[in-house]
Amino acid sequence: MADDSSAPMTRRSLFTLIGVAAGGAVMLEAMSSLAYAGESGYQGPIQLSGDPKGSSVLILGAGLAGMCAAYELRKAGYKVQILEYNDRPGGRNWSLYGGDTYTELGGFTQKVGFDKGLYLNPGPWRIPHHHYAVLDYCKRLGVMLEPFTQVNYNAYVHSTKAFGGKPQRYRTVQADFNGYVAELLAKSVRQNSLDQAVTKEDKEVLLMALRQWGALDKDWNYAKGVDSSGRRGWASDPGGGTTSVPTPSDPLAMSDLLQSGLWGAIGAGLGYEFQSTIFQPVGGMGMIGKAFGRQLDGVIRYGAKVTDIRQDDKGVTATFIDSKTGGPPQQARGDWCICTIPATVLGQIPINVGAPMKAAIDALYYDASLKVGLQFKRRFWEQDEQIYGGITYTDQPNGVIGYPNADMFSSGKGVLLGAYAFGGPAFEFAALPPEERVARTLEYGAKIHPQYKTEFDNGVAVAWHRVPWTLGCAGHWTEDLRAQHYDNLAAMDGRIVLAGEHVSRIPAWQEGAILSALDTIRRLHQRVMAA
Amino acid sequence: MIRTLILPVALAAVSIGGSAAAQSFYDGPYPMQGGEAIYKGICQGCHMPDGKGAVGAGAYPALAGDKRLQSGAYPAMVIVRGQKAMPPFANNFSDQQVADVVNYIRTHFGNAYADKVAPEMVKALRPPPAAVQRPE
Repeated sequence: MADDSSAPMTRRSLFTLIGVAAGGAVMLEAMSSLAYAGESGYQGPIQLSGDPKGSSVLILGAGLAGMCAAYELRKAGYKVQILEYNDRPGGRNWSLYGGDTYTELGGFTQKVGFDKGLYLNPGPWRIPHHHYAVLDYCKRLGVMLEPFTQVNYNAYVHSTKAFGGKPQRYRTVQADFNGYVAELLAKSVRQNSLDQAVTKEDKEVLLMALRQWGALDKDWNYAKGVDSSGRRGWASDPGGGTTSVPTPSDPLAMSDLLQSGLWGAIGAGLGYEFQSTIFQPVGGMGMIGKAFGRQLDGVIRYGAKVTDIRQDDKGVTATFIDSKTGGPPQQARGDWCICTIPATVLGQIPINVGAPMKAAIDALYYDASLKVGLQFKRRFWEQDEQIYGGITYTDQPNGVIGYPNADMFSSGKGVLLGAYAFGGPAFEFAALPPEERVARTLEYGAKIHPQYKTEFDNGVAVAWHRVPWTLGCAGHWTEDLRAQHYDNLAAMDGRIVLAGEHVSRIPAWQEGAILSALDTIRRLHQRVMAA
Repeated sequence: MIRTLILPVALAAVSIGGSAAAQSFYDGPYPMQGGEAIYKGICQGCHMPDGKGAVGAGAYPALAGDKRLQSGAYPAMVIVRGQKAMPPFANNFSDQQVADVVNYIRTHFGNAYADKVAPEMVKALRPPPAAVQRPE
């Protein structure tokens, strides 16, 4: 039989093979991202040309979608007003600071005890570099941005069931996983044991690539030595003078590494939304909502709970009551209505739209999510463990520990994201009183950072199914639901049109909310101009 | 009562995907057994410890004194199929678990219905698999 290495192999199949070998992290990432990594369709500041001749638009909800719509429509000559349930702008664009009080459904009230300048973002906390609309509005509104560290090689990946529960540095797990995969693949290539072969020329290139990618030694092994330690770090680092000889570190055993499942946590930064560089607003995500709110001073009626939405052939009337005190029903009216009220809440408000839109609203429930912010007396993760920003992953119900991406090396206190849970764990956290959520979060975190026990100061927990104005964190779309309802949710129904992250194909992201708003006002303006 | 929260089956389950938040990273069976444990472990997050629900911009319905509980099939169907803001829990609870929690809420919070829901009834009410597929 001829030398297999001379047989042609398509590059596609080769890359597919590498993809499979590169393994769990990549595969899982692809599976969980599915098809929704599409680039934002933002085309720059929207131009609504033509005179709307005093047309008015009533907007329901002062989140990013509602405020973006109001901001642009007013600029184009529309009369706009917004009704907002809360007493602040932003909606889910929200940061909790020291001195804030948050009361969730059931009346459970938390007073935030963070030091000045420290915060928790209960909702969104990062902005991908390709979420052009959000970034452009930050620039236009003067919201300062700083880098958000998604991947920190010196943070941990942790499983209670692996390595005796001892957290492993992200760096070592990634280096060892890549190294072993490269070694195995190099062996296969060198033994011509792949079921398809590469040309002799490509084979040499591939081997070189594998050695470089996986930090293989001269014998094509991923083994203890200068090559592997150049990736995973040294047992003792090189130094100067007389004590300068470095000691290589021991890679984890391949089988232990595979069985640990920790490889599942090293793919996070590969996803399109998480690739460096990504951003956060200086001082908290809520700065965006505040900036929009300042622009719309006098336009937003705060503390308004909408109880009825009714359109006729000339306009739309919303009935509302004071969200805290109730009182007599009041009314607001516009020629048109942009409704950004979450589907979970809107489904409970009488509204005269057609059956298709109503069915779409009613079909969308919201996912469970939870965030817990923990203030500690000192930044031990930096001082003791050299972790500056980024994320640790754990198999415990808290899911992650997020380290603050600002104020590094500060000698003051610091606030960690102690938990960011979804699905079952988030539902379970929601069923607990807030102080118990914090207590559990401390318990889990102490398995990774024992300093939790002595350094804890105070905490706050936001479970999104207890948030009075969303009943969950974000619209839960499935392919099946999209096929049945998405077009009906997005279509104009007479004088009413919906906007928000739930009316986008970037669900749960702020970019989706803003792009939805921009598309909505573009269509509404066309309608007005055509009239 | 302190219980251990649901543990993700594998660390892989916490890998962050394409959506900001919306993956139910762990959406397998929930382990708690018995009507009371299920209610206190999950349901009271929204329907509240006293079963009276809550009101904000939207509302969670009270189970206390809810006439719709006269038929055991109604709450069983809402649990497995969801209804508006209420998510479907078909993938999370077995027929037995659904029957147990339905029987719990129909005999607590001032409700006192003598007839019991059996797991077989829950089975018949389950939606077709496609209706509860995983999030995108």
